[in-house]
Amino acid sequence: MKPSFRQSTALVHTWGGLLVGWVLFFIFLTGTFGYVNHEIDRWMTPERVSVSTPAAASDLVRSAEDWLAREAGDAQSWFVFLPAGPRSGDFAVGWRAWPEGKRRFGRYQRQALDPLTGHALNVAVRDTGGGQTLYRMHYRLHYLPYDLAVLIVGVCSMFMLAAIVSGVIIHKKIFKDFFTFRPGKGQRSWLDGHNLLSVSALPFHLMITWSGLIFYMFTYLPTAADALYPKGEARDRFHAEVSGGVGISPGAKAPVAETASLSAMLARAEQAWGRGAVQTIRMESPGREGARVLIYARQSGVGRGGRTLLFDGVTGEVLHAGPQGGTAAGHFERVMLGLHEGVFAGPVLRTLYVFAGLCGTAMIATGLLLWSTKRKAKLAEHQGSRFGIAAIDILNLGTIIGLPIGVAGYFWANRLLPVGMEGRAEWEVHAMFITWGLTYLVAIWRPLNRAWLELCGLAAAAYGLVPILNALTTDRHLLASIPEGDWATAGFDLSAFAAGLFFLFLVRTMYRRQCRKTADATVMAKAVSNAKTV
Amino acid sequence: MSAGEYASNARRRRSLASRVLAAVVGGYALTSLSTLAVPLLFSAAGLRQAPALHATTMAGFLVYAGIVIAVFHARSATRAWTWLAVAAVPPGIVAALLLPGAVQ
Repeated sequence: MKPSFRQSTALVHTWGGLLVGWVLFFIFLTGTFGYVNHEIDRWMTPERVSVSTPAAASDLVRSAEDWLAREAGDAQSWFVFLPAGPRSGDFAVGWRAWPEGKRRFGRYQRQALDPLTGHALNVAVRDTGGGQTLYRMHYRLHYLPYDLAVLIVGVCSMFMLAAIVSGVIIHKKIFKDFFTFRPGKGQRSWLDGHNLLSVSALPFHLMITWSGLIFYMFTYLPTAADALYPKGEARDRFHAEVSGGVGISPGAKAPVAETASLSAMLARAEQAWGRGAVQTIRMESPGREGARVLIYARQSGVGRGGRTLLFDGVTGEVLHAGPQGGTAAGHFERVMLGLHEGVFAGPVLRTLYVFAGLCGTAMIATGLLLWSTKRKAKLAEHQGSRFGIAAIDILNLGTIIGLPIGVAGYFWANRLLPVGMEGRAEWEVHAMFITWGLTYLVAIWRPLNRAWLELCGLAAAAYGLVPILNALTTDRHLLASIPEGDWATAGFDLSAFAAGLFFLFLVRTMYRRQCRKTADATVMAKAVSNAKTV
Repeated sequence: MSAGEYASNARRRRSLASRVLAAVVGGYALTSLSTLAVPLLFSAAGLRQAPALHATTMAGFLVYAGIVIAVFHARSATRAWTWLAVAAVPPGIVAALLLPGAVQ
């Protein structure tokens, strides 16, 4: 027999909602790690020497320029990255070779330099993707082509935005709901918890989802832009007009020419913006005619990006100082993107960002469970879908508890894989996805109630033991990091321990509830048999 | 299941599919058309076109979400399609009249 209308609708509705929910759970959890990506980087590269007082930018740029001229004299582009305090990157140089054959871009390489000597840092730092790779997964996923990943994330974000807006409309009693929490009442509790989590961080959820879409706005809504400003010269003009900034395109392989010194340009920029305000220097066609240098200032407020100075690389003259004549919409975009990334946030606000991100992740998790509880009831009305119900339970568990375990696997792999291993950084990521995949097997293999308990227990151990793992494998343990004031490393250890406690709390709560249910069932069975004998 | 019930099921399934299509595809088309018409109007009124396009594209996501919700709120799929078509007329006229002379 053909499935009835209700049945097939219920299937599409249920699985469509779950699929989007699982992807969103992944996006929110990995994205939340992005707010502490530098701290994660620090923990994942324990060999790195932390320099407390960076040298003057002028000294650094001089040694960077020397190094690039010596080691990468004939390159298409040069980059110099200047450090500033613990939440910035290393002092490093980057260079892109000339494209070969039909490839659009040449090979890009990066080398961290010693701020004191200007030589390549010769401390062997383990090869790792660090916090950056984890954070990048939230918009470009992994193992998928870039365009496809961005499209999937966009579709799911659009679902999320529609869900948030409609959720607000549904909840006319939004504030009454906020103060209603009835624990231990099955579906009702999931709903209350879902409302509580959603409302408390609602402005954050709206901002993060909308601004996430704005990042790729002309990819997601290209029609009007393509019609009015076709890609190429017209589109560049459009971007320059709305942002008031100026772009710089990859340099051409022009005849060799004497180019001006970067140090002089840096001095000019520091004169305009203040000392230590320069973040990045980019030079196109170094040592050739038509060379251009763009100097970027460090972000100084909420808004993303900021001031720039464009120089003629040969004469050293300033060609453009941005932003110039930007628009209100351009400013709005910069603020939205800045809010999304939270680069401006200090320690307190950063903690709130992480908390809001975790609230969003938990909101999606409770939403998934609530949705499944309701949809399972619908599916159960129709026979023959017992397999589907079991699959929903398994996939929910393997996603909600399994993904955090997978991320813990990523951190453990960082400590346990041999330091000199070939393709080490990739294998850290493989370890994350393999661990995550295995949790689905546990969810299939074990009875559901047991599997929840066991996987939460595993998560508690995987996170709770991180400080011990760190102490056994490196000398950056808590007894060293706290006295030295290395709060990035110590904070990571302590947060992982707190996450372990959270999962332990889940185990305890679930265990008690399951015991109570079993006890209730025994009492009921006794009562029934007593009634029969009477 | 009786024949009548079966026919009614088929009708409802078509109606739901039509509604989903109206929300996702129709809503996307209407959003795109609006983000095209508003900057064209700005430009025709002697205002700057680029910031208008920038602003309407950012707002477009909220507009799309609003249209999707409205389509599911409509009493029937046919009504939803009718409203989409009616709403598309003004931006459609604007685009048809102004676009040919506007491409930069």
